[in-house]
Parts: sequence; C-alpha cells; structure tokens
Amino acid sequence: MLTIKVLGSGCANCKRVEQIVHKVVEEMSVEAEVIKVTEYPDIMAYNIMSTPGLVINEKVVSTGRIPSPAEVTSFVTQALTMVELDMLKRQS
Amino acid sequence: MTTLTPSSISQHTNKRLFATLAIVVIAWLAAYNIIQPLADWIAYSALGLGRDSHLGESLAFFLYDVPKILLLLSGMVFAISIVRTFFSPERTRALLGGKREGVGNVFAALLGIVTPFCSCSAVPLFIGFVESGIPLGVTFSFLIAAPTINEVAIILLFGLFGWKVAALYVTSGLVVAIVAGFIIGRLKMERYVEDFVWKIQHTADASEEKLTWTDRIERAWESVKEIVGKVWLYVVIGIAVGAGIHGYVPEDALASVLGKQAWWSVPAAVLIGIPLYSNAAGIVPIVGTLIEKGASVGTALAFMMSVIGLSLPEAVILKRVLKMPLLITFFAVIAVAIMLTGYMFNLIL
Repeated sequence: MLTIKVLGSGCANCKRVEQIVHKVVEEMSVEAEVIKVTEYPDIMAYNIMSTPGLVINEKVVSTGRIPSPAEVTSFVTQALTMVELDMLKRQS
Repeated sequence: MTTLTPSSISQHTNKRLFATLAIVVIAWLAAYNIIQPLADWIAYSALGLGRDSHLGESLAFFLYDVPKILLLLSGMVFAISIVRTFFSPERTRALLGGKREGVGNVFAALLGIVTPFCSCSAVPLFIGFVESGIPLGVTFSFLIAAPTINEVAIILLFGLFGWKVAALYVTSGLVVAIVAGFIIGRLKMERYVEDFVWKIQHTADASEEKLTWTDRIERAWESVKEIVGKVWLYVVIGIAVGAGIHGYVPEDALASVLGKQAWWSVPAAVLIGIPLYSNAAGIVPIVGTLIEKGASVGTALAFMMSVIGLSLPEAVILKRVLKMPLLITFFAVIAVAIMLTGYMFNLIL
C-alpha cells in the first residue's frame, strides 16, 4: 500500500498531476491512497519551492513541473521496490 | 528538486536526439528566411493588393509577423528553457544565501530572469526564501523581477521592435525590482509576514536533482509546447490589432495623449494597467504599435510592466503569506517604481 501525495494549492498544474497519478495507479492496479495537500504549512513541510510537488511514501520525487505518466510509473515502481526490500529485511 | 529520472537512456538515443535537434534547427532557419518574401508575395502578387494600400500594408505586416513571432517564440523559449534547467529555485536560494541587502537585491533581480517561475509557485518560493534567512527586501526583488521580466515579453519585443526596446524593457524591469525590493527591505516589515511562515517544520527534504542532456532537451521541448500552446492565439490577435493600427492609424495620432508632454499619462498608464491582467503575448504587439504611433516609450513600457507585473490574481495568491499592510506596501512601491522608470525613459530617450 502506497501513500501518494500531490502538493499544491489547487492550480491547474496540480490537478493535472493528480489526474496522471490516478490514471497510473489504476493502470498498474497498485493499492495506493492519493491525498491532495493544499494548505501551505503542510506543503512547506516538504521543503519544496515550487508546486506541484509529488510525494510517494513521504519521499519527494518531483517538484515544479508535471511529470509524464511514464515518469510517474517509474516513481511508483521504485517506491514499490523499496517497500518490498523493507519487508524482506524485516523477515530476515 | 528531487526527481528519479529513468537513467537507462543509451548513448544511441542521445545521438539520435541531437541529430533530430540539428535537423529541426536547419528547418527553423529555412522557414525563418522565407516568410518575408512569402508574405509579400501573398499580399501583393497573389491577392493583387497595392503596395501603398492600407489593406495591403496591414495584411503583409500580419502575414509576416505572425509566423516570424511564432518561430522566434518556439526557438527562443527552447533555448531559454535549456538555460533554465541549470537554475532551479533551490539553487537560486543557495546563491542568494548570505548576500547582504543591496548586492542581494541586484543578484535577486538578475536571478529572477533566469529562474523558472510560475505565479502559482510564488508562495512556496516566498516561504522557502524567507525562512532560509534571505532578507525580505531581497526576496521581493526576486518576486518582482521573475514575473515582470517575462521571457515571452522579451522575445516579442525583440521580434517586433528590435533588440533596443527589448533591452530597455529588461533594464527597466531590473531597476524596478532592485529599487522596490530595496525600499521594502528598508521599511522593516517582517512582522507583517503571516506568522505560520516562521514556524514551518520540515518533515522531509528535497535533494539536488541530476539531469542528463536528454532530460534537459525533453523538458525544454515540453515548455515550448506548453508556452506556445498557451500564447499563440493571443499573439495572433495582438498582431492583428497591431497590424490594423499600423495600416490605418496615422503617425503621431497618439502623441498628444500618450506623448512626452502629457506628464499625467505615466501614472494613468500604470493605474489602467493594474486591473488589466493580460499575458505578455497579447499586450506587447499592441503596446509596441502604440509607440510607433507617437506614444512615448517610457509611458508604453510603464503600461506594459503594470499589466504584466502588477496583477490582482498575484495579489490574491500573496495574501496567503502577507498581511494587508505589507501587501499594500508591496503594490504601492512597485507602482511608484514603475512610474519613476517611465518618467526616466521619457526623459532620457
């Protein structure tokens, strides 16, 4: 289960990022919770300086632009690998 | 900025990308050189309009300027976007850290030109600067320069009226940003920044992003599509109106209203510009044509800076982090700085 956050105060670009994320998550059929973070104190907690920002499992993966669906797919894949590695570590 | 870019791009695709780029550049140059004869041919030969007729002159002007400006816009936005991939807001913040007021204001205004900026990011940028210890006045110099000295405005001014007008515009934008930022800094208004700005705790951190040339070219191409896609219609309409004025309005028709003698025209131009929120693409062709018809350059530049730099939507965005007294000061100081720049250019040109 991934937690994906889209950081942005609601500008057009932020909505595009959110749409792309939803589409990618659906296509990959990954279990993920997509959260919109719109309040500046919460956005700035990630120390970013341009919106939209994309955060997967509390890691900032992109800021200030609209990542392509292919990029988002690779971010999600990497995050999933990290989760699996974590689980393997815990088992051993 | 942190991005995990797919790093599996081979040498082969790299070569292909540069080859494609070379072909595009050659095609661009070829197109740029045939539009003048082509426009003349359509207007004067194919349509048979007289070289002295208002309609012929306006049409030839329009047919030449539209493709020329769209080509210039695509080419130069691409080049500028490549340059901008080297300047992230994070890097700009690092460059400004530790700079004193004065020097800091100059640096901030200059960096405002090259750092990628969208007004929707004004707040995160403001917070990021201020909380890292960059003085308020220096932060404002950046926040004034970045939107005002707009790349589309520079390209259009250059394409339509030559490099002198474009350079004047950049210079006046820099002067306004440096002076206004410095004054705001001197006013010591830190307490009018919303309190939450000083209390932000970071839970995560963004690290520096590594970009390959392929990434840079791809991103520049994305911005060309985005920017040209957004402004082309304004350019066409703006040039059409400009072409109409060019062909039909007599020279010096505006000299009495917008000329140097009319001292009140500068503040009037700034005031009228505030509620008008147009992007640079629509306003430049019209403003430039006004200059041709006798409006003074200082007045026209003041009007343009006011339209582009002083916008109500931006005020609404900044209201989130600035208390009213500071927001009003911010606007008033820029408005006055723009007027002074307008008078200065009216005086020296």
